[in-house]
Amino acid sequence: MSENIKNLTCIECPMGCSITVRVENGVAIEVSGNNCVRGKLYAENEVVCPKRVITTTVRLTNGDVVSVKTNMPVEKSKVFEIMQKINKVVASAPVRIGDVLVEDIGCGASLVATDDRD
Amino acid sequence: MFDVIVIGGGVIGGLTLRELSKYNLNCALVEAQNDVAIGQSRANSGIVHAGYDAKEGSLKAKFNVLGNKMMPRVAKELGVKYRNNGSLVVAFTNEDLVTLQTLKARGETNGVEGLTILSKDELRAKEPNISDNALGALYAPTGGIICPYELTIASIGNAMDNGAKLYTNFKVSEIVKNQDGFTVVSEKGQALDCKVIINASGLSCDKIANMVGDYSFKMGARKGEYILLDKENSNFVSHTLFFTPTKAGKGILVTQTVDNNILLGPTSTEQADGSTVTSESGLAFVIQKVKEMVKNPPLFNTITSFAGVRAYCDRHDFIIEKSSACENFINLAGIESPGLTSAPAIAEYVVKELIGSLLPLEEKADFNPERAPDYFFKNLTNEEKTQLILKNPLYGKIVCRCEEITEGEIVRAIHENPPARDLDAVKRRTRASMGRCQGGFCQPRIVEILARELGVDMTEVTKSGEGSELVWGKTK
Amino acid sequence: MGENKMKLNYDIVVIGGGPAGLAAAISAYDNGARDILVIEREKRLGGILRQCIHNGFGLTRFKESLSGPEYSARFIEELKKREIDVALETTVLSLTQDKKVQVINEQGVFTISAKAVILAMGCRERSRGALNIPGSRPAGIYSAGTAQKYINLNGYMPGKRVVILGSGDIGLIMARRMTLEGAKVLAVSEIMPYSSGLKRNIVQCLNDFDIPLYLSHTITEIRGDKRVTGVTISQVDENKRPIKGTEKHFECDTILFSVGLIPENEITKSANIPLSPRTRGAVVYQNRETLVDGIFACGNTIQVHDLVDFVSEESEIAGKAAATYILEGAKEKDSVATINGNNIGYVLPHRIDKNQKGHVKLFFRVTSTFRNCVINVVSGGEVIASKKRNIAVPGEMETLILTQDKIALLSDDITVELKEGV
Repeated sequence: MSENIKNLTCIECPMGCSITVRVENGVAIEVSGNNCVRGKLYAENEVVCPKRVITTTVRLTNGDVVSVKTNMPVEKSKVFEIMQKINKVVASAPVRIGDVLVEDIGCGASLVATDDRD
Repeated sequence: MFDVIVIGGGVIGGLTLRELSKYNLNCALVEAQNDVAIGQSRANSGIVHAGYDAKEGSLKAKFNVLGNKMMPRVAKELGVKYRNNGSLVVAFTNEDLVTLQTLKARGETNGVEGLTILSKDELRAKEPNISDNALGALYAPTGGIICPYELTIASIGNAMDNGAKLYTNFKVSEIVKNQDGFTVVSEKGQALDCKVIINASGLSCDKIANMVGDYSFKMGARKGEYILLDKENSNFVSHTLFFTPTKAGKGILVTQTVDNNILLGPTSTEQADGSTVTSESGLAFVIQKVKEMVKNPPLFNTITSFAGVRAYCDRHDFIIEKSSACENFINLAGIESPGLTSAPAIAEYVVKELIGSLLPLEEKADFNPERAPDYFFKNLTNEEKTQLILKNPLYGKIVCRCEEITEGEIVRAIHENPPARDLDAVKRRTRASMGRCQGGFCQPRIVEILARELGVDMTEVTKSGEGSELVWGKTK
Repeated sequence: MGENKMKLNYDIVVIGGGPAGLAAAISAYDNGARDILVIEREKRLGGILRQCIHNGFGLTRFKESLSGPEYSARFIEELKKREIDVALETTVLSLTQDKKVQVINEQGVFTISAKAVILAMGCRERSRGALNIPGSRPAGIYSAGTAQKYINLNGYMPGKRVVILGSGDIGLIMARRMTLEGAKVLAVSEIMPYSSGLKRNIVQCLNDFDIPLYLSHTITEIRGDKRVTGVTISQVDENKRPIKGTEKHFECDTILFSVGLIPENEITKSANIPLSPRTRGAVVYQNRETLVDGIFACGNTIQVHDLVDFVSEESEIAGKAAATYILEGAKEKDSVATINGNNIGYVLPHRIDKNQKGHVKLFFRVTSTFRNCVINVVSGGEVIASKKRNIAVPGEMETLILTQDKIALLSDDITVELKEGV
């Protein structure tokens, strides 16, 4: 069934492989075009529930901003919802890379600092 | 009550204000925009013309030749870069060669010194990149170059140092005649009283004159588009190269600037509203003409293109006179090219002759003709640099990497006369962000410095006054 | 690490504390050099990575997806473990061929004498001005990197309705970044028929947010007096000239330019070090030594890389070579040139010294999009290395290894060329 063939561009690494996925009953049953395991996993996820890591910033009490990320990919459809929550977070310096600023910011992901601020 | 109010912060108003500040007169300059030197004086060719162009006996001819002679001293006093690079009017046809003779004769009548006709080979020796089609040139050794906005800013700054007042964002909406003189009213409702008005408002000269019932002339405007090349190519030409003028006008020029860029342009199109929008056809025309003038112009090193406005009046000569409507209102209108060159001479004439006939001129004992040293840090010796850094560590922080401009210079521009209040004002005074990256790296840093020094949030910092805010709020 | 400490004599001075300078300094130390200074103009090390808060860095090197600050932090930590001096908020004003480095900072102007110098100044963005785009010059026009700095480091939004010219990676990344922060990105306009950014960025930065990408389009008018009020983009013909009647108008308050990166080489020029007109960076041998003995160059100052991982790799070559130069002195060279042949934009290194041991990785870019092609390295009429590509695009740097045995036999310059339809 042709409507169940999906063509994707892998976003796992800069190679950007063109991947073809055969989907049945909402599940990937065959992945081709990928050059690695990460590509296969990406494709399997992408046809079921696309997920993305959010990278953004968080305001500090001193007025500064510090860069942050979700420690795992979150559902793409929830990205703006989670951004709303992140925008309300105010952290206080000092912040170090890897500090968890919020335990669960959504979809079970933590919000983690990706830079240092004194 | 001011003795004199100058309307318009261009080079004519600026140098006139400075001339006024030599005397015990209470003077002010009102400018509609957020900074001075933002109209015609912001973007023109910056040429100090020799004086062979203007018709014999015209005011243009008279003031051009006088101004040309005065410019080196004025520039030196004000700490403004000026270079006597000489100019060449290049002939490409036999008809042009005949015109060169006419120009030479006219120049000599006007009192221009040193004019000579160069052969093809002599021309090539002076300008190796000249087109193979060039047949000869008129060489004017007294031609020079200057930065028009730098001269304007410095003259207003020097006048302020000597007691003159500056009102920016003062757009004149009404002039009320009264017993002692005038009340000048701004759009925002500010009112200033004065005895005499000098109308040096460029493109707005007719509108301002109309406010006192003077309808004797009308202004028009032409747009001139330019292309600026990186200073890496500064030696591509050394003189200012003009085409031989035809009935269609002077055409475009190719010149070095005092900041060692190469400037190409301007076009000349009617633009009554004074808009400075560049056009595809205009820039293409500049490129086409430049390629006729010189071989292989380094256009790949273009750093920016821009347009300036050139106001003219329907009398087609300078108007430098008391208004027929009221004698204590002086019009300095239609000061088109060679207006920049003529400016110091016009200023001197206006104050000595015209103001002198209306108000007593008493020289100020403590007038200081020199502006507080407006040095470019990068031009100092290492010892001087270190001395300055030890006094003020901000001079040790390079903000604009392309032009090597320090935080010390930027802070100085914000606090010195006339104070820089926006990003473009900082740029015009310091050259920060005028280099090849055009502010890519340093703009956020300059905005931070402006916010800090002016005591405002970054959202309030503008590019060129209200409505040109650079950032629109915090991210969170 | 000797934080903000600076003497007036060093064995090796590294100019730039971004990814290239950090990797070069560490590598120089690990290969035996000891007396090293890194000069950085900003308050912190890390270079442009400080503002690149998106992820995707380090996949090659660390096998994980890091943000820019995280990637540079790994190197800064390594640097701190070694006795390497760092001069922050210090700007290099000029360099001479005998390796006098003139610097300025809050203490004054100094001349530092070095035995070897590593140039690692990175690159800068091409500006709007360089493109002669007609229109007005209001507030609201930024290079993508400037907008990135405002948003990620200053915490300010440059605007709310955005059109982006150029589909370089920074432009694509900023399309997503501004969207996440609540702006509306109306369009990305690319003059070429292909994007110069990575495919993954088209997907995750544009497609994810339904941002349209107009290929073969360019900005033909910018409107606005004080602040940008709108922009017109038009389709271009094969000569990149706008086609009348294809105009699309957008009302926007912000225009971002992402129209290419240019190696930063003012310092290189101040020392009269020969530059390549192709790369606009210094001409280098495979050890990243310039044509001036003891002056090396690496990272985006010699060629604009797609990935920071490759910048680090290249900089380690330069760092090692600088250490060798310090320990063993200058060596005689016997070199051939590399030439960009058909369909190849440039090749780096520009010269291959046959006296240097080891394989050489050639870096190059193709000039257009090619399918089913073969890339050959030819010398003296013979193909000495070759690779096939199903698709080759200018946006992705290509590499080919030249083995040592082949190099030893070189008697002539080598040419890299691409043939289509094989």
